[in-house]
Amino acid sequence: MDNMINIYLFGKKYQVPSGLTIMTAMEYAGYELVRGCGCRNGFCGACATIYRIKDKQELHACLACQTEVQEGMYVATLPFFPLVKQVYNINEIKPHDQIMMQLYPEIYACIGCNACTKACTQELNVMQYIAYAQRGEYDKCAEESFDCVMCGVCSSRCPAGISHPQVAMLARRLNGKYIAPECEHLNNRVNEINEGTFDKLIEDLMQKPIDEIKELYNNRDIEK
Amino acid sequence: MYKIDKLNELAEIVAEKRAENASLEPKRMTAEEKETLLATFHPDYKQDEFTVLSAGVNKGEKVPSQLAELLQGKSRISAEDVDLSKPNYDTDVLIIGGGGAGASAAIEADEAGAKAMIVTKLRIGDANTMMAEGGIQAADKPNDSPAIHYIDAFGGGHFAAKPELVKNLVTKAPEAIQWLNKLGVEFDKEADGTMVTTHGGGTSRKRMHAAKDYSGAEIMRTLRDEVLNRGIPVVDFTAAIEIILDENGKAAGAVLMNMETKEILVARAKTVIIATGGAGRLHYQGFPTSNHYGATADGLILGYRVGARLLYADTLQYHPTGTGYPEQIFGALVTEKVRSLGAKLVNIDGEVFMNPLETRDVTASSIIRECTERNKGIETHLGKAVWLDTPMIELIHGEGTIEKRIPAMMRMFGKYGIDIRKEPILVYPTLHYQNGGLNISVDCSTDVENLYAAGEVAGGIHGRNRLMGNSLLDVIVFGRDAGKNAAAKAKETAVPEKLTLEHIEKFNSELAQAGIVNETASPMLLPHYARKSK
Repeated sequence: MDNMINIYLFGKKYQVPSGLTIMTAMEYAGYELVRGCGCRNGFCGACATIYRIKDKQELHACLACQTEVQEGMYVATLPFFPLVKQVYNINEIKPHDQIMMQLYPEIYACIGCNACTKACTQELNVMQYIAYAQRGEYDKCAEESFDCVMCGVCSSRCPAGISHPQVAMLARRLNGKYIAPECEHLNNRVNEINEGTFDKLIEDLMQKPIDEIKELYNNRDIEK
Repeated sequence: MYKIDKLNELAEIVAEKRAENASLEPKRMTAEEKETLLATFHPDYKQDEFTVLSAGVNKGEKVPSQLAELLQGKSRISAEDVDLSKPNYDTDVLIIGGGGAGASAAIEADEAGAKAMIVTKLRIGDANTMMAEGGIQAADKPNDSPAIHYIDAFGGGHFAAKPELVKNLVTKAPEAIQWLNKLGVEFDKEADGTMVTTHGGGTSRKRMHAAKDYSGAEIMRTLRDEVLNRGIPVVDFTAAIEIILDENGKAAGAVLMNMETKEILVARAKTVIIATGGAGRLHYQGFPTSNHYGATADGLILGYRVGARLLYADTLQYHPTGTGYPEQIFGALVTEKVRSLGAKLVNIDGEVFMNPLETRDVTASSIIRECTERNKGIETHLGKAVWLDTPMIELIHGEGTIEKRIPAMMRMFGKYGIDIRKEPILVYPTLHYQNGGLNISVDCSTDVENLYAAGEVAGGIHGRNRLMGNSLLDVIVFGRDAGKNAAAKAKETAVPEKLTLEHIEKFNSELAQAGIVNETASPMLLPHYARKSK
């Protein structure tokens, strides 16, 4: 049978089978989750969690859905963290050096403690991407922060009060819209469609008897 | 390394044959072979897993039994429980659901000058869109065209889709990508701006656009940011539990329930968009799911009770490559992009048993056949599975490809000691997508006036099987259209005067007449995973 281990949910002791994730262990213990549970697959950042192993000092941060329980784990979930998100019009702002100073000036108060990086549930180099943002290197900030799930644990550990995920979100949008190269074939195709280039082709397909379209489908040429 | 020695030994067999397998070009199945395979092994064909509906507009049609239980379940309220005379919210366009379709609809409704509002039972962005990994289709390359995309999508869906919906999907696809890009969504591009595109199962051109293997997350977080920038109200942790109609039977709002306090609230609206997503958490036929915690078919229930017809509610997509091991991520999605990049499916003897880029229904059925009739699966305590030979990707495209193109997959397995760059992974089909849903017209309207639907909750776009990358596309194209059309309709609609919930009693009496006694609270809202409730 399952090997049972002891974990502490918000300080209270429960015995759960080893091999569960923190999230499924909470459900095993009887919790009906409303908060702190989203995609259950490591993409949405809803289940940010901090834990410490009994008698050890180090504080860990993780996603509850992606982390296996351990003996003596003291768990506290962080289902919401008050990040500061500034409001802006993406069509009006430009990717210049001053935009971060205007929207998120606190990033320049970073003291370089690296607590954000140590806490990141995605093992990103958070302090590095903040450094890129400070320098106006939004393309690098975007790349370095790309796997961020915006769980907010970094911000919870920051003495300077930075909302790292929101800084990175802005950098990625600036990069996607303004810095990354324009796609010519995409623009061309949109123009062709607007000119009605494909309308007749598709109308014809829509009118075809089912056998003809089956024939077309089953014998279509597939790009290597 | 696997924690089970036997798996390491079996993985060795895969490694030995890797070079030989990598150079193989497995043949595609003929149309007849596919038909026989589906009829024999696809879960949609298991008749005893379906129930024929006895009440409502689809009476006489079959749906998965777990869905029938909810469609014919009990409303969470009675009309007399709710005071409709003093709405807590008043808006032009009420959007139920905060995923990709809901957020796109909200942005477009706002852009059109309508007052829009999102209600969502969890947070905005808690949705299957966030979890879509592989990519989004659009025929924007010179060797491709919307007409070729049309044939791929229509054929892949077994010629059952509504042609006008497919047309809308494929012709608006490039503009959808452009719209996202202008919002700041990052796509994988070459230095000159050319989109990096790959195949998906059933595509005849490489038209899968991606943002690494966080494609949906990148789209969703950008849409969410835009919704917040526009100041569109988002009422989170609040579920819609009934649609409200006016005295003429038109949609006029929804009854809401705070998920934490259970407080009942009323939202009045001129038009309503249902964008609640799919149903993976109903675990049809006992399958695990790749879906979001909230994927419980709520929108189908809301719509069905007020008379919106369902289309193809009996067809589900089982994604061929759900995680088969380890247990912590059992059923989680392994993106199709892994196969797009060249990884092949391999059985216990190290044999490539199919072309890995057949459509999803065919691939899933083939894996089920390998694990049942042919008995060539790999057994663990979680059941049988087949290998997906991920290291083949690095063999074909060079070292570093996995980290660059599918970092989420590398991270997901890496947490359990499995290095997908060096070791193959175990996969088995997982419940992934609701092919059908609420029947819509090309303007996203349902059979109920002023009630719209978009995204996974809608049916007819994908026929009986959806291609990879056509769902992210669908939520953007139809989400935007729903927002625009619902906003336009709201402009010519007066504030509904008389709100009613008479449909609840009407539906109850229809159930009673059919002899159905069912106390299941519906919509389900969240799955019941706590051990005490089992």
